[in-house]
Amino acid sequence: MQESISFTPQLAASPITGILWLIPAVPMVASGAMALLKQAKRKTAANLAIGSLSVSLLLSLVAFAHVVSNWANGVATRETVNFTWLQFGSANVDLGWVLDPLSAAMLVMVSFVGLLIFIYSLGYMEHDENFTRFFCFLSLFAGSMLGVVIANSLLLLFMCWELVGLTSYLLIGFWYQKPAAAAAAKKAFITTRVGDVFFLLGIVWLFSQTGTLLFYNHGAGSMEAGALSALLTQPAALGLTAAGAIGLLIFAGAAGKSGQFPLHVWLPDAMEGPTPVSALIHAATMVAAGVYLIARVYPLMHAGALTGGTTTALTVVTWVGAFTAVFAALIAVAQNDIKRILAYSTVSQLGYMMAGLGMGGVAVGMFHLITHAFFKALLFMGAGSVIHGCHEEQDVRRMGGLKDKMPLTFITYAIGMLALCGFPLLFSGFWSKDGILEAARHWSVARTPFYMLVFGALLTAFYMTRQVAYVFFGESRGEKTAHESPKVMTTPLAILAFFAVALGAIGTPAWPWFRAFLEGGATRFDMQGFAEPGLMLLMGTSTVVVFLGLGLGWTIYGGKSPKAEEPDALERAMPVVWGWLRDRLYVDELYGGTVIAFYGWWGRVADWLDRRVWGGLVAGVAGLFAGWARLNRFLDTNVVDGSFDKGCEELSTKGGLLARVQSGRVQSYLRILALAVVVLAAILIWSSRA
Amino acid sequence: MTPLAGFLLVAALLFSIGLAGALTRRNAILVLIGIELMLNAANLNLIAFWRYGPHPEMLTGMMFAIFSIAVAAAEAAVGLGLVISIHRHANTTDLDQMNRMKG
Amino acid sequence: MSFVFYLLAALTVAGGLAAVLLKNTVHCALALTVAFAGLAFLYLNLDAQFAGFAQILVYIGAVAILVVFAILLTKGSETPKDGVFSKTWLAGLAVAAGVFAVLGWAVLQTAPMLPKATPAPAVTVGQIGNALVDRYVLPLEIVAVLLTVALIGAVIVALHEKEGTR
Repeated sequence: MQESISFTPQLAASPITGILWLIPAVPMVASGAMALLKQAKRKTAANLAIGSLSVSLLLSLVAFAHVVSNWANGVATRETVNFTWLQFGSANVDLGWVLDPLSAAMLVMVSFVGLLIFIYSLGYMEHDENFTRFFCFLSLFAGSMLGVVIANSLLLLFMCWELVGLTSYLLIGFWYQKPAAAAAAKKAFITTRVGDVFFLLGIVWLFSQTGTLLFYNHGAGSMEAGALSALLTQPAALGLTAAGAIGLLIFAGAAGKSGQFPLHVWLPDAMEGPTPVSALIHAATMVAAGVYLIARVYPLMHAGALTGGTTTALTVVTWVGAFTAVFAALIAVAQNDIKRILAYSTVSQLGYMMAGLGMGGVAVGMFHLITHAFFKALLFMGAGSVIHGCHEEQDVRRMGGLKDKMPLTFITYAIGMLALCGFPLLFSGFWSKDGILEAARHWSVARTPFYMLVFGALLTAFYMTRQVAYVFFGESRGEKTAHESPKVMTTPLAILAFFAVALGAIGTPAWPWFRAFLEGGATRFDMQGFAEPGLMLLMGTSTVVVFLGLGLGWTIYGGKSPKAEEPDALERAMPVVWGWLRDRLYVDELYGGTVIAFYGWWGRVADWLDRRVWGGLVAGVAGLFAGWARLNRFLDTNVVDGSFDKGCEELSTKGGLLARVQSGRVQSYLRILALAVVVLAAILIWSSRA
Repeated sequence: MTPLAGFLLVAALLFSIGLAGALTRRNAILVLIGIELMLNAANLNLIAFWRYGPHPEMLTGMMFAIFSIAVAAAEAAVGLGLVISIHRHANTTDLDQMNRMKG
Repeated sequence: MSFVFYLLAALTVAGGLAAVLLKNTVHCALALTVAFAGLAFLYLNLDAQFAGFAQILVYIGAVAILVVFAILLTKGSETPKDGVFSKTWLAGLAVAAGVFAVLGWAVLQTAPMLPKATPAPAVTVGQIGNALVDRYVLPLEIVAVLLTVALIGAVIVALHEKEGTR
């Protein structure tokens, strides 16, 4: 076998890398154009959306072919195009995109699955009056998701990450007149925001420590050896290095987007959106963005690990992932809404992916991500087809007997379900899940995640069988007759079903093509791959587990058709546990009681502060001024005017008094005159007295 | 008491009486009468001093008194003419009622 | 101080008192005439014969008649209903009393210094006439003008104006 190909020195950018930015840009531009269209122009909108995403798919395939050809020639592709966006002082903020095996594979998956779902939506949303708005948002989502994939700069990734979150909000709350949909959209945005705060902290810390936000920059990037060794020497709190701490912060952001416990609460509620949205965003792509992010920053997460060992960051990722896998699978057992079962299944599978990343590395986690994208999108679209055919009914207890009425949907759904359960050998899910179990078996820290994941597989098979039994088998318990969906909806189902089977081929131990592709090694088909010690035992174990789950499920639910009002069979057996599971293990209630209640209280305090204290202060100041004004007026009228008036009055009265001397009577004048003369004479005579 | 002092006392008494009359009577004409009395008292003073003064041959006192009489006559004429005019206008000679010039 | 002096003094003072105290205005005017007469005799007693005769001629012959005329023209013969004395008669009386007090006091103070009896001067009318045109010609002319003006003035003041030109 060929030696592992090194990714350094970095290749110069090829022509396809130069135009790589078109892949996200074209759908975004199409979205902008659709935003200006009138709602009535459906054909134009549909053409714009599907056309733009087809262009992206074409370019992604070209990029993928380029990387594959390089790999076949023994050259590892990591081509970047970087440019400076902002400059402040001596620090630069750079943006850029990268083409390497990871991004190439992801590009193809996102654009292909996205295109299929776009075509499916043509049929699903045909009767909706907001058709144009739907495709506008969908295109924006596709563009921003592709942006996340090719981003070489953490900042560009974060910007597209937030755009993806925004479009998720817009699409979950697409039917915004429904209060449940508006609330679900808000919940999704706020919950992922909590994760994003930590993510941003991680970004800032990374930038301050390494001085760059680029992943790969000819040796100067933050994921490259120089920066990582610098980060490893920096200690952070709790015995972590800076690398580990930043890794955990970034994982917090990924946990929000990928619905890991305890930030998973938004995913089931997000089912309020239209089914294509659930298929595209909440199964295949957006929730996978978190896993993709961890894969992107894997060098950081893995830095400092000794050979065969692991880091604290990756250990945390593993435990959270394993716990989420079991937790969500348990809840899925007791749900009755067809989409909610699939939603919890998605959360559980995302846990698998995170555990796979933590224990087995990028290839293990990413393989499960890609296979899961295909069969989960298939399952959701199949569920959409069922809902459409049952005239908008979503409760599994009111369906039944659909395998005859909707045969194509049934077959494709069954393929997806078996892939999800991990039915041995034929389906891709088996190989990808086994890859994770294999990594878990070899994990150096503990064995517990392995047992948890095996139990999770059992539960997965069990609840999927329950769902399929309720929906497709038994008698019809619905009110109206169901009908098959149109070709525009069933054709994408068929295509996805094909890939749900075929993708398994690139991940078997006999021919680990995908791993070699990602890691840059060489490979060829070799049955010796199965000879690894313990591998056959593992494959046997997982086979047994799957059949056990399928069998249990069929025994309890197969062939029977309980009415909606009757309690579930399992519920009759253990009502208390069933109650817990059905109420989603009270995580939402916990949040409501603590965080939400706290915010409500805080809001009231702030309102009180604002109205009483600040408002009172302002009112007080205003009152002070008003009082001052009144005092002024009082002083002015009474003291100033008053004194002036009084003075004048006094003058007037005294003058009046004085004027009385002027009596107008001659005799009084004469009298006064005489008096004066007397006085004068007296003085004179007195003074002249000798 | 010298004769001069006697005459002076009489003049003073007559003057005071005239003043009292001018100040206390209502009728305007009686005020003028009082004034005439005062003038006459002054004349008496003058003549008395001329008689008992140092140089009677200079006739100063006598001349003064004569002129005084003439002026007093003129003044009485004008004054009474005024009183008659006022009476024609206000139909009264009551001085208490003539206070249109009051301040 | 001869008996004649006392008699004449008493006559004059009584006339003056009557002139100011009597109710009937015409009686007052007549009492005034008596006072004028008394004064004329006093002048004669003082050897001022010309002054005495001038007094009789002018005062009694003209002024008193004028006063009577005025009284009659202004209906002064009627007794006013509010009384003959003004409201403030006491103040006037007090002032007059004050004047007399001061004058009397002045006279009595200097009484010892006043000259005693001197021989009577021999004054003839010719001497008075000479003095009038010699030494006192200016006052004479001025008094002439004054009298003319007073005459014209009195006439104008007392002129009865025609109706409508008031």
